[in-house]
Amino acid sequence: MDKIRSENLNVYFGDAHILHDVNLKMPENSITALIGPSGCGKSTFLRTLNRMNDLIPTFHHEGNVYLDDTEIYDDNVDVVNLRKRVGMVFQKANSFPKSIFENVAYGLRIHGIDDEDYIKQKVELALKSAAIWDEVKDKLDQSALGLSGGQQQRLCIARTVAIEPEVILMDEPCSALDPISTLKIEDLMTELKKEFTIVIVTHNMQQATRVSDSTAFFLNGQIIEHGPTEELFVNPKEEKTEEYISGRFG
Amino acid sequence: MTNSTEETGIKSILLITALFSIFVIFLIMAFIFVEGWPAFADYGFFKFLLGLKWDPNNNIFGVFPMIVGSLYVTFFALLLAVPLSLLCAIFMAEVAPNNIRKFLKPVIETLAGIPSVVYGFFGLMVIVPRVRTTFGGTGFSIFASGIILAIMILPTIISVSQDSLKAVPNSYREASYGLGATNWQTIRKIIFPAALPGIVTGIILGMGRAIGETLAVIMVAGNVSQIPSSIFAPVRTLTSNIALEMGYATGLHYNALFATGVILFIVIMILLLITNYVQRKYKMDVGGGTL
Repeated sequence: MDKIRSENLNVYFGDAHILHDVNLKMPENSITALIGPSGCGKSTFLRTLNRMNDLIPTFHHEGNVYLDDTEIYDDNVDVVNLRKRVGMVFQKANSFPKSIFENVAYGLRIHGIDDEDYIKQKVELALKSAAIWDEVKDKLDQSALGLSGGQQQRLCIARTVAIEPEVILMDEPCSALDPISTLKIEDLMTELKKEFTIVIVTHNMQQATRVSDSTAFFLNGQIIEHGPTEELFVNPKEEKTEEYISGRFG
Repeated sequence: MTNSTEETGIKSILLITALFSIFVIFLIMAFIFVEGWPAFADYGFFKFLLGLKWDPNNNIFGVFPMIVGSLYVTFFALLLAVPLSLLCAIFMAEVAPNNIRKFLKPVIETLAGIPSVVYGFFGLMVIVPRVRTTFGGTGFSIFASGIILAIMILPTIISVSQDSLKAVPNSYREASYGLGATNWQTIRKIIFPAALPGIVTGIILGMGRAIGETLAVIMVAGNVSQIPSSIFAPVRTLTSNIALEMGYATGLHYNALFATGVILFIVIMILLLITNYVQRKYKMDVGGGTL
């Protein structure tokens, strides 16, 4: 079943036409990878899915994005609630300058939960499912900024997992990490897709093949090709896709 | 070779200028202490510090009412100015659309450039009479001085706070919105705490300006050297005390005014140490801070 899908989506920043008629279906409990050269619009597309682009004053769009069967740009959709359902992990780990515990608890607190025991349980669960519990359980009250980059990124994933979203968007989550931390996060993603639907933007072709179930190739704001990851990488239908994945441009 | 001579040359010039400014400050401090010393030595330090009566004609020099006066006026000013300027800074940094911000910024900077005598004059002509008719008394009061000082320190606190709010990395905002936080939750729980060390610096600067301001306060405070009975009572501050009497003071009176300067210096040092301590403690709590 498709968890989230876009239909004839066009995105503009002011006069610049960034995305052209993007149709993409992202199935539930699977990982969809978005690949393509820098500036092709894949991050913009990702940020359309939780309406992060709303923060940019010149943003406007045509077409539709559906989460289950709700059009997320409908007037009666509450953006706050949408972003709770569609969580996001950013390119650079952006832990808050708070303690490790409070970083994860923050999402729960802003959604009105004030039962401290419940928060404690949830934080522990989230840290466990982000595979970082063992590394931080003895220093939960220490600053998150003291963690390594890879640990911070997993903390950010824990923070997102804690509010129990249905979809997790990841915008090049490993681009600033060393290979070992990257592997940890990739393992984590395979684990997380059992519960969540994941959409990931990546520049790393190997990463796309390793973790994703389906892949969409973006070029100049359009989807050139979309299909099961293996098929797209082994047997691309479009010449452009083949050129890109074999490293001839991009 | 020439490069390294140039390097050492520039380094020594920088060192000399830095040492020179420090030297000047120490010179001023030494001068004040030396000139004020007889008042402590001949009159008695604690008698001077805790004395309740200031009567130069009879050689009675108790500076305590002025210490209380300075603190009252400064804290009342901060009480008015801090909430106002923080909300204003938050509005300008986080809420206001660009065109409003572009209009507000120069207006607030102009506020900082108005000479204190103008503020004092405004206070004398506008605020003092209104305090008199509304609350009784002469109108020359802690209340009037606090209002004038609050207006005077607004621009300092606003611009420093605004800069430190603006310096909070955008990634924090994105992270917070990404978790479904509202605008106000993000400001209150993420941006404001992250900017707090810088905001405290702004408040300290404002406090320094308030406690040091002399002319505008003289014009509206009433300058009676007694411990004020209410915020509508007249008050004399440490700085006013020096400025009012320096013109004609001789002998021990002259030394007592310098000693007033020494006390002012000590009061400011204590306030700075307290805020410094609070700031450092807070920075440790949030772990490293960011600014």
